[in-house]
Order: sequence, then structure tokens, then C-alpha cells
Amino acid sequence: MVDVTPGAVDVIPPAEVPEVELYHPHSWWTKYVFSQDAKVIAIQYSGTAIAIGMVALVLSWLMRLQLGFPGTFDFITPEAYYQFITMHGMIMVIYLLTALFLGGFGNYLIPLMVGARDMVFPYVNMLSYWIYLLAVLVLVASFFAPGGPTGAGWTLYPPQAILGGTPGGQQAGIILMLVSLILFIIGFTMGGLNYVVTVLQGRARGMTLMRMPLTVWGIFTATVMALLAFPALFVASVMMLFDRVLGTSFFMPALVEMGEQLSYGGGSPILFQHLFWFFGHPEVYIVALPAFGIVSDLISTHARKNIFGYRMMVWAIVGIGALSFIVWAHHMYVSGMHPYFGFFFATTTLIIAVPTAIKVYNWVLTLWRGDIHLTIPMLFALAFIVTFVNGGLTGLFLGNVVVDVPLSDTMFVVAHFHMVMGVAPILVIFGAIYHWYPKITGRMLNEALGQFHFWVTFVGAYAIFFPMHYVGLVGVPRRYPEIGEPAFITAPVENLNAFITVAALVVGFAQLVFLFNLIWSIWNGREAGGNPWRATTLEWQTSETPPPHGNFGKELPIVYRWAYDYSVPGAKEDFIAQNDPGTGRPATGLA
Amino acid sequence: MSVILVFLLVIAGIAGWWLLNQGVMSKPWLEHGPAGALPEIDVTGMPTAKIGLGVFLAVVGCLFALFASAYFMRMELSDWQPLPIPRLLWLNTGVLVLSSVALQCAVVAARRGQIDMVRLGLVTSGFTTLAFLAGQLAAWRELSASGYLLVSNPANSFFYMITGMHGLHIVGGLVALARTTAGAWGKYSPDRLRLSVELCAMYWHFLLFVWLAVFVLLAGWAADFIDICRQLLT
Amino acid sequence: MAIALVLVLVVVGSVLFHALSPWWWTPIASNWGYIDSTLIITFWITGAVFAAVVLFMAYCVWRFRHKEGNVAHYEPENKRLEWWLTILTGLGVTAMLVPGLFVWSQFVTVPADATEVEVIAQQWQWSYRLPGADGKLGTSGSHLVSPENPLGVNPDDPNGQDDVVVEAADLHLPMDKPVKMLLRSIDVLHDFYVPEFRAKMDMIPGSVTYFWFTPTRTGTFEVLCAELCGTGHGFMRGIVMIDTAEDYATWLGEQSTFAQLSTPEQVGAAEQTVVRP
Ligand code: HEA
Ligand code: HEA
Ligand code: CUA
Ligand SMILES: [Cu+2]
Repeated sequence: MVDVTPGAVDVIPPAEVPEVELYHPHSWWTKYVFSQDAKVIAIQYSGTAIAIGMVALVLSWLMRLQLGFPGTFDFITPEAYYQFITMHGMIMVIYLLTALFLGGFGNYLIPLMVGARDMVFPYVNMLSYWIYLLAVLVLVASFFAPGGPTGAGWTLYPPQAILGGTPGGQQAGIILMLVSLILFIIGFTMGGLNYVVTVLQGRARGMTLMRMPLTVWGIFTATVMALLAFPALFVASVMMLFDRVLGTSFFMPALVEMGEQLSYGGGSPILFQHLFWFFGHPEVYIVALPAFGIVSDLISTHARKNIFGYRMMVWAIVGIGALSFIVWAHHMYVSGMHPYFGFFFATTTLIIAVPTAIKVYNWVLTLWRGDIHLTIPMLFALAFIVTFVNGGLTGLFLGNVVVDVPLSDTMFVVAHFHMVMGVAPILVIFGAIYHWYPKITGRMLNEALGQFHFWVTFVGAYAIFFPMHYVGLVGVPRRYPEIGEPAFITAPVENLNAFITVAALVVGFAQLVFLFNLIWSIWNGREAGGNPWRATTLEWQTSETPPPHGNFGKELPIVYRWAYDYSVPGAKEDFIAQNDPGTGRPATGLA
Repeated sequence: MSVILVFLLVIAGIAGWWLLNQGVMSKPWLEHGPAGALPEIDVTGMPTAKIGLGVFLAVVGCLFALFASAYFMRMELSDWQPLPIPRLLWLNTGVLVLSSVALQCAVVAARRGQIDMVRLGLVTSGFTTLAFLAGQLAAWRELSASGYLLVSNPANSFFYMITGMHGLHIVGGLVALARTTAGAWGKYSPDRLRLSVELCAMYWHFLLFVWLAVFVLLAGWAADFIDICRQLLT
Repeated sequence: MAIALVLVLVVVGSVLFHALSPWWWTPIASNWGYIDSTLIITFWITGAVFAAVVLFMAYCVWRFRHKEGNVAHYEPENKRLEWWLTILTGLGVTAMLVPGLFVWSQFVTVPADATEVEVIAQQWQWSYRLPGADGKLGTSGSHLVSPENPLGVNPDDPNGQDDVVVEAADLHLPMDKPVKMLLRSIDVLHDFYVPEFRAKMDMIPGSVTYFWFTPTRTGTFEVLCAELCGTGHGFMRGIVMIDTAEDYATWLGEQSTFAQLSTPEQVGAAEQTVVRP
């Protein structure tokens, strides 16, 4: 034990920010609308993301209605169906998950958890949100544009994406989508700079990297990845815009559309796929790593036990982040690229399973000999592990190049990525909201409604996507508004599809209960107090709850220990706050 | 994708080196006390703005590395006809170098506290940069006048797109430069001024570097160089 | 407590569903049984891991749930355990990867005696071209596509004249003969996918992709398009029939060659020359 004597502690002056005045907003506008307070920006990000997320959720119901009961709803034409899946996918991945994890949780948690008063560039941070909002509005606008939104699939593969055979291809749809993406990337980069530099520069005295909670590690690494991966999408979008608007031939080969020769020539559709997936694969980990980090803290806190193998967890996060830049072509095994790439990318892809596995083991081993409080955040964390392991393992089918050949572009893939991305991280988001809501509002979310929400969402979502794997295994391709009764389907899949649809509707409506709970508890929730979960990390040690602009009172906290001192032998409580000098003097906020 | 992979390798190298110096091998649960067992690895003393700009430049570098990757992949295909590089670009390059030099002088002057030298440097670099942009536009018009239109060949498309992208970044820089210049005449404290000037210089040098890389790329030397390497290897 | 129970039920339920439900892949009709075997290996390994992890969780939740006076055990890390788990995982991964790559190398090496068959995709139908007597396919390209020449076969290429052209109709293939499917698209991405054959590959306008397989049982199989190609994607179906040698011969006899298909329009030209003087 390298212990520093209290004397030595006290000589260190608390890091002080010169004009705390800066943190007193002057008008209602600067307080709630054009606020530069990361916490307000976080709420704005989350609200917008959840709102647009609900749109995507409704779209998923419409898709499911079509798949479950084909022909029943004649307003869902094939065009409409493709527009639905495209918007659904794009919104969910980028405008909901990425924005909510990095823009929402990143903004709220990073400054609080590393002991900073705010992000380092508050003004840029504010701009980031408004540009994101603009991107969302442009996206929504495409629903009302003539011809409707694009139906090119969220992967936007050319040539199809910008041709007349695809909804929105020759109308405004695809253009608005590309513009919206470009805006999103600009806005995100502004925010991302803040998240990264705040972790680099804003940490409180004593908050060494290895004392940071894994939540910060996850969001930090994900942001770094995003900053390096989004440019690929940016480049792809710009080049596609050129092809579509100015008639260049970056991606467009010579082709005959509906019998007429087009002026394009020589371009390479594969080039687009490389650019897209060079962004696309890191992206899926960008939405996974924050979930990894957050869930680690949920488990540790509610099991009253330090996260098992903290160092391995950190290394695994960084390792996964790095590796995920060299596996992108596993989305292109059957794209017609050079077959020998298959050997390389199958190997790298399966190697990623190892660091991920370590994380899974360490979560489970944290439960071992813990003191497990089955609170709602804990329940969601457990559900996350189940669904993530399930979805991750099906990833190994797809990663193993030759096994991917029959499964690629079938509903098996859809089932895989929903289980691992559409369910697991979403469950973490829910858990995280139940966990931090008391800090954000000062009140607890309603327990009974929470229980209901948890059980329906967990069991329901599993019931949606587990059977879906077998629909794919039978051979049903994805992006088919209806499969009919082709000979290869030995056992009819209609009833299975119908069941999935019903489950999806049930789960979907359970989300409304959750939203109600969110609103209702703001006024009617039980008073939470400063640290209801008796957690160690800094955000729970603020002098006021909800924390004011500037987060901490006059003095910034000094950090004396890592984030996981739970159930330390000989300690008088089963947790020791990070800013507790361990000299008997209670940490601020707990008093 | 080789260019971007090499670029990321460099980034990864830097990140890894930094992480190791941050004691990612240490056992945090054994360390108590304000700075942990490794006090010296507390937050760096470097000005935050510089680190911020550094990170941003990494992103910009990533962007252009990706354009280069796309350029090489598209170049492989049959319909590619390299376009003649306008002479004017040499002049533009010189001008851009000048503006970087001017800013560097401004930095030195700012460190010495010679305010009017700083102003001189800022203004010169401002005008030379504008000259550069004008030169680029002229080069575009020259090309399109002699029939090298945006759509007529992918090589042309890339030329206009990449130079345009670079130009846009310069324009963004000009905004910052304008504010700094205003500050140099107005209310900026010497320290504040020094910092802003240093930031501008940093950005300018980087964009100059990017421009040289782009030039080498568009002139086709990069490709030749790679071919030579290939031959050496085989 | 409910959660521990539910976790167990999730495992049991999943396993039962896998074992008992009628939904399983359609009977194979090609030589790619190896792919199925690799899939089975993967199912066993991943299934075991899934059950192990979730059941262990369930046990922990039940055994270490909060009771008054419980104190969690304090153990920051355990290097040996973590290394063991890492190695085990490594083994599991290798056990899946090695057979996988082995089969992949077979998948990408086309046997020398494979006969070439060209599939031409367009929004939203399938056409085919088989080499004629000379056993060679003529060159082709989208720029040659015209109402008279819907597949864009090069009229000036002698090899092309005797090619058998099957436009927007069923394809027949002889049993037990390895075929190399040359995949070509004249507009957007498509993907030639027959579930019973297990193999599939995208078709890219401007280039020719391929895969190979050997049909192992006669019958009628449905072709689906497995790459989003616009509004008609879901309805872009076709038929492949695997015939015995003689059935195949008779079918082939009924087909017409590129030359035959393009002559009528040459006749038209001839008439004009007659009429003109
Ligand atoms: C959060 C998002 C997320 C995550 C984390 C993953 C994780 C993984 N994904 Fe997935 N994937 C997507 C989102 C995600 N994926 C999406 C959105 C698509 C479709 C895009 C589209 O086409 O629309 C996709 C598609 C996709 C494909 C392309 C399929 C196709 O189109 O043909 C492949 C192929 O390799 C793949 C593989 C993997 C692998 C190997 C992992 C691995 O990282 C999984 C690692 C985890 C585990 C392995 C489980 C835990 C480990 C253990 C419990 C240890 C025990 C294991 C052993 C002993 C082996 N994914
Ligand atoms: C995070 C990503 C995400 C999420 C959450 C979902 C959620 C759902 N998805 Fe989707 N989906 C995609 C990403 C996602 N999807 C992508 C990328 C595609 C590919 C598109 C393409 O092919 O181009 C796709 C495609 C896709 C298809 C395939 C269409 C086809 O190929 O023919 C289907 C079909 O059943 C489907 C169904 C569903 C259903 C029933 C839900 C849900 O109803 C599941 C149940 C609900 C929940 C688990 C709760 C989620 C709650 C919210 C999202 C609300 C907002 C959040 C808060 C309140 C915090 N989705
Ligand atoms: Cu053709 Cu999909
Ligand atoms: Cu991937």
C-alpha cells in the first residue's frame, strides 16, 4: 500500500478555476436553451435522440406488421417498406445510439466523473448539439420531401442508392440523407473534441487514468474511434453526393438502367463498400464500448464489489478499439472482393472475440462472491450480458468467412445485430437511465413501473430476436417485404414471423410506460438524496443534487483512490468515495 | 485502404506510447493519496487549446488520408487518365509557404512581445493565404477552360474535390486568423495573443503539409513512388 | 430471485427451441456439405459457451443475492484465472476458425474441369448464357446492351456467336458436374442465391464475380436475389433445374444461340438493301 500521510495530502491546494462567476448563466435562454453547461446539452442531446428513436421504433412496428401479416396492410408498399427499414436502421444506429451514448451520457458523465467543472470548450460543445439537431431536422424533412426518404438500405450501396429503381434515388431522399449525415459528422466532431480533450486535460487532481471509472474509459475510447472512423463516412457521402448531383463516376460503373444507357462509367461500387464499412464496423463498437463501460460500473456498484480485473478491462477496451479498424471487410465476404481477403479478415474478426470474451468473464466474475442488490439497473445489466453474449456468439458464425456465405444477407444477420446492438446496448441505456436519473433530477424512477418495463423489454426482446435467427437459417433473405412460400421453406415461417411481430408490438408499447415513468417521476418520484446507490464515483459526491452549473461547489474534489473501493476489508462502510482521503473525515456531500 | 491504415498505425503508436507513460500497467487499487503512486503523470501542463487543435488536426489528417486511399483505389481502374498539373500550382505552393513563414515570424515576435511585428506577420500571412485561394481558383478555371471538366474523368473529379476540400479548410482557418488579427489590434492580452498566434501557425503549417501531400498525390508522383517501391520489392 | 430462474429458463428455452422447433436449414443440394458441418461445429461450441456463461450467472445471482449482513469478497484481480480463460477462449476460437478457413480455401479454388455458366442480373430478372460448341463464352459489356442485344454480348467476338442465350427464363444444369457460375450485372448490385446450394455471391456491374459448386440432386430450386437492388428486390426470383444428363441434353437442344437470336434483325437489314435500288 503506497499510502500518503494526511499531512502530505493537506499541503496540496485544491485546483481552483479562476472565475466561477462564468458558471452563473445570465438569462433563461442561456440557462435552458443556448446553454453551455454540458449537463443541459446532455439533456438536449438525449431528448432529441429519444424522440427520433421513437420514430424509428414506430417504423419498426410498421416493418414488423408487413413481415408478420404480409398483404394485410396495403399502404405498406415495397417502396414504403424499403424507406422504413432504411430510416429505421440509420436513425437507430447513428441518430439514436451514437448521439445518446456520446452526446447524451458523454456530456453528462465525463465532466462529473473526472471531476471537471464542465467540458473544456463549452461553446463548441453547444454548437455541436445545434448542428446535431439540424442534422435530425434535415433527416426528418426527407419524410416530407417529394418521393419520400431514401429506400437504399442504411448501407446506401451505390449504384442502386442513386438510381430511379430505388425510392428517393432520383428524388430528394438520398440527397437529404447524405447532407444530414455530413452535418451529423461535423456536429459530432465538435462534441467529440470536447469529450476527448476533457478526459486528457480536465481531470481533477489525483484522477490518474487508471483511477477513471470504466464508463469514462468506454466513452473516451469510443469517441476517439468515432473521430477517426466518421471521416470515412464523410468521404463516402461527399463522393456519393458528387456522383448523384454533379454526375461524376467515383462509384458508378457504366450501366444500363431500365434499358437506357447512363452517362456514368468506370466507377467502383466496391470502393464505396470499403469506405462505408471502414466507418461501419468501428461504428458498431462505438455504440458497444460505452455500453461496456457503463455496464461495468452498474454491476460493480450494485454488486457492492470492485469490478473484477480492472486493468484487463481497460486493456480490453483499448484493444477492441484498435482491432476494430482492421476487420471491416467481414461485411464484404460475399461482395465479390478478392477472395483471399477472406482469410485475413476472418482471422482478425475472430481474434476480436478474445478481448470481448475477457470483458464478459470479468462481468460475470464480478458477481461471484458479491453482495448482489437486484435493483433495476442491476437487472438491466444482467439482461445485457445475456443478450450480448448471445448476439456476440452469433457474430462468430458470421465472422467465420465460409459460414457467412450461406447466412450473409439473410435474417440471421438481422437477428445477430439486433441482439448485439438493438437489444444489448439499449438495455444498458435503460439501466443507466434508472441508475443516474436520481442524480439528474434528484428523484428516483418509479420502482413498480421499472420492474414492468424491465421484464417486458428483456423477455420480449429476446423472444423477438432469438427465433429470428432461425428464420434466417431457413434461408429467408433480409430486406424482403414478403417471402411467400418458396419451395426451400420446409417448415412455414409465417406463424413464426407473426409471433415475432406480436412480441415486437408488446415490447414497443412497454417503452411508452418507460417514457411515462421518465416524465411522471420528475415531480412524483421518491426523493433520492445525493448518493442513493452509495456509489464511489465523483458524480455522486457533488455538494448539491442535481449538480449546479460548474458541477462542484467552490472547491474541485481531490481524488485519493480508484473508482472501485467497494467492500474494502476493514473499512467502516461498504464503499469509500474516490474523494475520501480515508482519514475518517467524510467526503463532501455524504455529510 | 493502405494510406489510411498507415496513418492510423502512426496514431496508434502515439496513443500507445502516451498510454504507457500514463501508467496503464499500474495497479490502482494499491495506490492511495492525491496523485496516486505516480504524481508526475497528473494532468499535463500543455495549454488545452493546443491539445484540442492537435486532436482536431489528427481528424483532418484522417480525412485526407481517406481521400488518398480512395484516390489510389479508383486509380487502379481502366478509365483513369491523369490530368496535367497546371504550372500555377507551383506558384500557389510558394505563396502558401510564404504565409506559413509569415505566421512563424509572428509567433517568434509574439514570444518576444514585439506587437507590431506580430501584426505585420498576421496581415502578410492573411493576404498570402487569400492569394493562394485565388491562385487555386485560377488553376481550376485554367483546367476547365482547357477541357478538363469535373465529370470528364475520375482523375479530374478527384483533383477538384480534394483541392476544394483543402481550400475549405483554409477558409475555416482564415476565420480564426481574422479574429486573431482583430485581437492583435484590439483587446487581446499578450499571453492570449501569443496563444492564438501559435494556434494559427500550428494549423497553417499542418495545412501546408497536407497541401504538399495532396500536390504529390495529384501530380502522380506518389503513384510513381509506390510503383518504384513495388519493383524494388519484387 | 425471479431473475435467476428466468436466466435458467432462457438457456433451457433456447436449447429446446433449437432442438425441437421445425425451423432448420433446407436440405442441401450441392457439394457444400462441409459448410454445414462447420456451421454445426460453431453451433456446438457457441451453444456450450452460452449455456455455461448464463447458467453461471444464474448461480451467482441466486447464491450471492443480498441478505442482511452479507459482505462482498474483496478481490481486485486474479491473473492466473484470467489467463486460463483467455487461453480457453483462444482454443474455442481456433476450433471454429481452422475448419472454416480450410473449407473457404476449397470454396475459392475452382476445379479445372468446371464448366462455365454466366448469370446476368438486371432489375429485376435473371438471364443466363452458356458456352456453345467451342466451350468458350464470348466477351460482353453493359455498353453493348440494346433491345436487340439485352445481355450485351459482343457481336464481333466469334466465341460469342454460338453461346446459348437464356433470356428471363429457367436455367438448367446437369447433375454432378462442377459448374463455375460467372456472375454479371448490367445495372446495380444483385446476389445470386439458391438456399439449397448454400453458396452465394454478389454481382457487380462492371466486373464479373464467380463461385463454384456441384449439384448433387435433381430437382427445381428457387433463385433469390440477396442484395438490395431497388423496389423489386424481394420479387426478383428465378428457377434453376438440376437435370439428369439426358434431360439436360434435350433442354439444351431447344435453346437458341446468340447468332440465331440476332439474325432476324440482320435479315431486316438485308431486305432494306434489296428494296433500295
Ligand atoms: C453493437 C454492435 C455490434 C457488435 C458488438 C458486433 C459484434 C460482432 N459482429 Fe456484428 N454486426 C453488427 C453489429 C455488431 N456486431 C451490425 C449492425 C451488422 C450488420 C450491418 C448490416 O449489414 O446492416 C453486423 C454484421 C456482422 C457481420 C456481417 C454479416 C453479413 O453481412 O454477412 C459479421 C461478420 O463477420 C459480424 C461479426 C461480428 C463479430 C465476430 C462480433 C464480435 O465482436 C462478437 C464478440 C463477442 C462474443 C464472441 C461473445 C462474448 C464472448 C464469450 C462469451 C467468450 C466465449 C467465446 C468463445 C469460446 C468462442 N457482424
Ligand atoms: C440500435 C439499433 C436498432 C434497434 C434498437 C432496432 C430495433 C428494432 N428493429 Fe431493427 N434494424 C436496425 C437497427 C435497430 N433496430 C438496423 C441497422 C437495421 C438494418 C436496416 C437495413 O437493412 O438497411 C434494422 C432492420 C430491422 C429489420 C429487418 C428488415 C429487413 O431486413 O427486412 C427488422 C425486422 O424485423 C427490424 C425490427 C426491429 C424491431 C422489432 C425493433 C425493436 O422494436 C426491438 C424492441 C424494442 C426495443 C429493444 C426498445 C428500443 C427502444 C427505443 C429505440 C426507444 C428509444 C430509446 C429510449 C427510450 C432510451 N429491424
Ligand atoms: Cu436483385 Cu436484389
Ligand atoms: Cu462488423
